Amino acid sequence: MRVSRLIKIFTSLRLTVTLLAFAIVLVFIGTLAQVDEGLYGAQARYFRQWFIFGIDLFGKKIPLPLPGGYLIGTLMLINLLAAHIYRFQLSVKKIGIQLAHSGVILLLVGQLITDMLAHESQMRLEEGETKAYAEDSRHCELVFINDGTVTAIPQKLLVPGDVVKIDSLPFSFRVKSFWKNSEPAFRAPMMQNAPPLTTNGVAVNFDFHPVAETKTMDDPNVPTAVIEIIGPNGSLGDWVVSNWGTDAVMVQSVGTTYARMSPQMAQKIIGELTAPQSMEAGGKPFTLALRPERTYFPFSLTLLKATHTVYEGTDIPKDFRSRVRLQNPAKHEDREVDIFMNAPLRYAGLTFYQLQMDAGEATQQAGRIPNSVLQIVRNPGWLTPYLGCGMVAAGLAVQFLFHLIGFITKRKTK
Amino acid sequence: MKKIFQRWFPAGLMLVMALWFSGKLQPVKDKDFAFGEFGQLPVTANGRVQPMDSLGRNALLQLREKQTLNLEPWKDWNAQPRIISATEWLANVMMNSAVADEWPVFRVDNQDLISLLKLPEKDAAKHSDGKHYSWNQISAGFEALHRESQRIETNTVAQTRTAYERAVVKMNQRVLLYAQLKNAVQPADVADWPGKLDAYEKMIPAAVVAAKAQQAGENFDQQMFSQFAGFIQTFQFMSSLESPLILPPVENSHEWRRMGDALLEAPRGVPVDAAIHDYVKMSAALAADKPDEFNAALRDYRSTLLPAQTKALAKARAEVFFNQMEPFYNAMVIYVLAGLLAIFSWFNLSETLRRSAVWLIWLAFAIHTTGLIYRMVLEGRPPVTNLYSSAIFIGWGACLLGIILEKFHKNGIGAVVSAGVGFITLIIAHHLALEGDTMEMMRAVLDTNFWLATHVVAVTTGYASTFVAGFLALIYIVRGMFTKTMDEATGKSLARMIYGIVCFATLFSFVGTVLGGIWADQSWGRFWGWDPKENGALIIVLWNALILHLRWGGMVRERGLVVCAIGGNIVTSWSWFGVNMLGIGLHSYGFTDAAFKWLLFFVFSQLVFIALGLLPAKWWRSFSARAV
Repeated sequence: MRVSRLIKIFTSLRLTVTLLAFAIVLVFIGTLAQVDEGLYGAQARYFRQWFIFGIDLFGKKIPLPLPGGYLIGTLMLINLLAAHIYRFQLSVKKIGIQLAHSGVILLLVGQLITDMLAHESQMRLEEGETKAYAEDSRHCELVFINDGTVTAIPQKLLVPGDVVKIDSLPFSFRVKSFWKNSEPAFRAPMMQNAPPLTTNGVAVNFDFHPVAETKTMDDPNVPTAVIEIIGPNGSLGDWVVSNWGTDAVMVQSVGTTYARMSPQMAQKIIGELTAPQSMEAGGKPFTLALRPERTYFPFSLTLLKATHTVYEGTDIPKDFRSRVRLQNPAKHEDREVDIFMNAPLRYAGLTFYQLQMDAGEATQQAGRIPNSVLQIVRNPGWLTPYLGCGMVAAGLAVQFLFHLIGFITKRKTK
Repeated sequence: MKKIFQRWFPAGLMLVMALWFSGKLQPVKDKDFAFGEFGQLPVTANGRVQPMDSLGRNALLQLREKQTLNLEPWKDWNAQPRIISATEWLANVMMNSAVADEWPVFRVDNQDLISLLKLPEKDAAKHSDGKHYSWNQISAGFEALHRESQRIETNTVAQTRTAYERAVVKMNQRVLLYAQLKNAVQPADVADWPGKLDAYEKMIPAAVVAAKAQQAGENFDQQMFSQFAGFIQTFQFMSSLESPLILPPVENSHEWRRMGDALLEAPRGVPVDAAIHDYVKMSAALAADKPDEFNAALRDYRSTLLPAQTKALAKARAEVFFNQMEPFYNAMVIYVLAGLLAIFSWFNLSETLRRSAVWLIWLAFAIHTTGLIYRMVLEGRPPVTNLYSSAIFIGWGACLLGIILEKFHKNGIGAVVSAGVGFITLIIAHHLALEGDTMEMMRAVLDTNFWLATHVVAVTTGYASTFVAGFLALIYIVRGMFTKTMDEATGKSLARMIYGIVCFATLFSFVGTVLGGIWADQSWGRFWGWDPKENGALIIVLWNALILHLRWGGMVRERGLVVCAIGGNIVTSWSWFGVNMLGIGLHSYGFTDAAFKWLLFFVFSQLVFIALGLLPAKWWRSFSARAV
């Protein structure tokens, strides 16, 4: 009895309609919220969520509980599957609807897969530069390098107050602070009013302070951490490590800021910001750094040429194009390929997209080396939308054609 | 006799309107100066080759929201003020600014801006209408304008500016545009340009020697050299304004040249070529009021463009014809007439009126289609490339759907849909065109005809059909509530039409939205990014799916369906315009607050109709009429 009631609820059109209505409300609110919270903020708060307790719109709090995107999506999936299984009948008349609904199921499942498994990272290349790894600018890692051996500690272990001990390292360290987003300030020699955070490394010339996390995609968070190295006989001193010195895009932005004073000054400041930080522990030299999390590939890319063209006599961009050399020693592969807008490179389960570019006349005049940032996406579910879309389109078309033919024949017989 | 009249009147009426339209295709004959021919000269602006005619029309649209210039705006319409064409104005701005700078070409509506610039108030005796001002009148207030626009640009963001601040920013852009045109062919306000250019050319060899001498620390002709430096400074200023590229490519090149740049090239050994000299001759003739000399120089210049620029000349000529044809404006006029006839046909049920409306709609649709295809050919693009062309295409699609509905139902309803949506969307397009060149080049991401032809066309077809369903629903409510003309059969057939169109809309909005996702996956690896425009399209899909499921579940019947379909108007207008006004995301391309007010008004009006639709049956005149 109970089961049949449940079946009735989960196969009902009323549930479908309710879910559709909630989905409309949620998508609308999630769009408006982007004005204040940014794309990522709104997405995390409304769509990647099971329940929502109260919403914020245009600076006003509205105490309205809503089902989140995950809940609506899951219930829709259950509703569809249940109705499909329970009411399934193989008839020519229903085949369109069946096909369309199967397509919607595939799309929902595909989005779930994407949501769980898709991974985005970037590769920034200057002309002539070769890299065999991608960087994820939204996550960082703390690395200790000794004679080419890299020990990387992921961001999630960098919790303020915790002491981290890695077996392969002859020391442990305490995380004194970790700021998800930070700003650097150059300590001009003549006006140092506050003492530096520590007297080691980069902190001598730079102050860092925490700032609020950013919300937009274009404006990444730049983390900074303060750590204390602890040897067998006690503290070995404090160190400041920051993505400001390791993320090439950030380094460039600092350079641009100080280039207003003078190009030489900017060069000097950048040099101090990016200088490797070295220490000694257990009789071994280590360099340490906080850098965007890296993923290494068994192949490498070399940027041969970055091209940015505009329409004649205007600033309207016409083309962004990276010519890269792809080398994969395991396959004896060595070829050149163009990556440009709407034409990504698909290779080894990854897709490489043209994301940003600093090239063309303005770059040349400013004396910068042309460079290009590629977006690298691993998404095992990338084919599902193609299939799903095809199924829904075919299904709806078949269904509506039946209607239309029925309508016309009825009129004819009338 | 009556039968013959009934039979032939519709076709006759269409013929009359067709003749009226073809009358508009005749080019205006040039009287003395061949400005018409001047308008057909190719020039590169906005990154594309276009005729002077388009350059002039688009500039006037931006300066005063019209494609022609009224030289005597203080006169009443019936006093026949003198009105000149865009090319006549453009030729004078570029080559005879002493005259053009007196013409009232800047439209200023904001009172605070008028007082900031100390512009005269309306006074017909002093030749002022309190709205249109000349460059000379505006330029007296440049200092104040500059100061204010600097303050506004540095201290405020676009979304939060007041009406006055927006007017200042806009005025600043208009002044820049005018200055670009003033400096496109020759230095602005130069006296005796032919003489000056001649002097410059003759000076070059000596000046080059002097420059070398100066660098080597030797003696040189100081006076001549500073005169030369003055020229260079002027030309550098011309170049820095980024004016349209007037000069054709030199041999073995494809790049059009800016006049300022070409003049700066002269000391580097690139001779001042025939094209420049022809423009100088035109300029001299125009200033001296000598039409024959002007026309001769113009013809000389045209002949230098052959054979290298044959294609550019042909394209420019084709675009001038398109500009003259004004297909969308003329189609709009015919849609109005057809719509009125069709509405009258509901009341007296006259088949002749209905057929006349249908014939006229066919004519308007043919003109609309011609314009659409002509644009596609000119641009070499699928039909929808920007907001403007989306309005044109939505109107076209809706009109086609209306025609099909009318073909099946023959009750004047499809005709009203065609005429109504056609008219409204073309009005919207007309206002969107005020922002300038509607055939601008596509940015790198959008530069793909495949996705423009699939995703964009499918999504806009989805918009068009959702609007058609909503428009049918409005007809249902207006006729049912305020007239007795909606009998049971009409009501049923309206509901059937709405249902059929909603099915169609679901298909296209779904396919279009998902194709957009696939495009996004192709261009940056993210199928769905929750971008506002994507979300807007998704809401349309969800809304249409909601209507269909409500109907299938028997949760709504005839009137419920009608009310829901009006909701479709709201969600579609939100997706089409609303999300662009949020100023975020990849699709935010254009914000005008007049549009925002209209959107609010539209949404409000649709809510009123929904409320009307929910009123009990006894308040509907048609339903009470049926009961009797």
